[in-house]
Amino acid sequence: MAINKVITADEAVAGVEDGMTIMVGGFLATGSPEILMDALVRKGVKHLTVIANDGGLAEGQPAIGPGKTARGVGKLLENHMVDHIIASHLGVNPRLNEQFAAGTLTYTLVPQGTLAEKIRASAYGLGGVITPTGVGTPMEFEKDELGRDKITIEIDGKKYLLERPLHADYAFVRASVCDHFGNFMCRKTTKNFNYPMAGAADHTIVAAEQVVNVGEVDPDMFDISGVLVDYVVEGEPKWQI
Amino acid sequence: MADLKMRIAKRAAKEIHNGDVVNLGIGLPTMIPKFVPEDIHVTIHSENGFAGLGAAVEHEAHIDTDIIDSSGSYVTTAPHVKHFDSADSFGIIRGGHVDATILGAMEVAENGDIANWIIPGGKVAGMGGAMDLVVGAKKVIVAMIHTQKGKPKIVERCALPLTAEKCVNMIITEMGVMEIRPEGVVVTELHPDYTKEDIQNATACKLIFAPDLKVMEEE
Repeated sequence: MAINKVITADEAVAGVEDGMTIMVGGFLATGSPEILMDALVRKGVKHLTVIANDGGLAEGQPAIGPGKTARGVGKLLENHMVDHIIASHLGVNPRLNEQFAAGTLTYTLVPQGTLAEKIRASAYGLGGVITPTGVGTPMEFEKDELGRDKITIEIDGKKYLLERPLHADYAFVRASVCDHFGNFMCRKTTKNFNYPMAGAADHTIVAAEQVVNVGEVDPDMFDISGVLVDYVVEGEPKWQI
Repeated sequence: MADLKMRIAKRAAKEIHNGDVVNLGIGLPTMIPKFVPEDIHVTIHSENGFAGLGAAVEHEAHIDTDIIDSSGSYVTTAPHVKHFDSADSFGIIRGGHVDATILGAMEVAENGDIANWIIPGGKVAGMGGAMDLVVGAKKVIVAMIHTQKGKPKIVERCALPLTAEKCVNMIITEMGVMEIRPEGVVVTELHPDYTKEDIQNATACKLIFAPDLKVMEEE
């Protein structure tokens, strides 16, 4: 009998402390674990470093409609809980540029494909990723997220950047269907960063729309192994327009 | 301006061949699919996680909130669609499995350098997937208005921070079609509204006119 990893959202974030680094799945908040963001807001942690593709959506942005609450990482930004964000795109949520201008938030930009691989490298035990992306651009000449110089490598006459892994204290991801052991899958375009982030942190928490018993569905349906997952939280809502 | 963008999109559509996998940037390039003939089968790759983009959703009742494109809009998918995560999506890009990316630019240099992601001192947006796309796609086609309100965008060297070095293969503007070749920027088609002098005057590097210079389709 496999262990049951289901706990509440508040229990799942109980160990998150001020100043920690967290990863959050999602692309413009599609596929972001909303109930875990809500739990972090309730806990009120501060000075987080967030690793995510983007800053989610702000309260009332057109994509979610007037008066609607923020989505994904947007919830943390709305509550001024983030000191530094490592992302590929920061142009959509207006809270980001407001907080950059106010000097309360700093950022490190990473090309989207490199970001995914840096995260994946951490989950799967690689010392780094060697990519042609970013050669000859500020990605080669600027420091990385921890203030280190970039390393360039020439292989068979072609120049590459060596990008180091990105590891977090917590990875918060969202599943469409997850079993009690943590095996999970994400529907359609909600896979995005949720798959590479599983296992790329000391603790991986999955918030699931639907939680099933072990053995209840064909294991072939799952894409990510529960071996990478520490806890499962039920009750993630379907995205409401 | 809308008509000029239509002209550019229509010409860019001719670069899409049967069976191609393409990734389209935001803005003007999203107008291209409607000009691709029905007998040309194209798979549109959306970097947030699938190959096989369909049409925009027309009625709210048909929205699947689990399907967005890379601009965050709800979209439909083609029957042969496959969804994947961001690591796989960019693996497909860097691995050279995307035949062409068609995108806009702030500057293109005569050696094929491109700058299209940041204006220093402006608002922070980020490169998103642009750096991976121009490095990974087999063919990089820039589709854009020839100048920025009269200021040349095709230049000897980019002044803005680069998106990637030496990667642009073709530039399509309202004035003509240009290829980046070892000898420089070669104009292969010129629109009948403009003379050779006009296009050269709107460009900040030396243009080479192909011996078999063609007329860009009138529109």
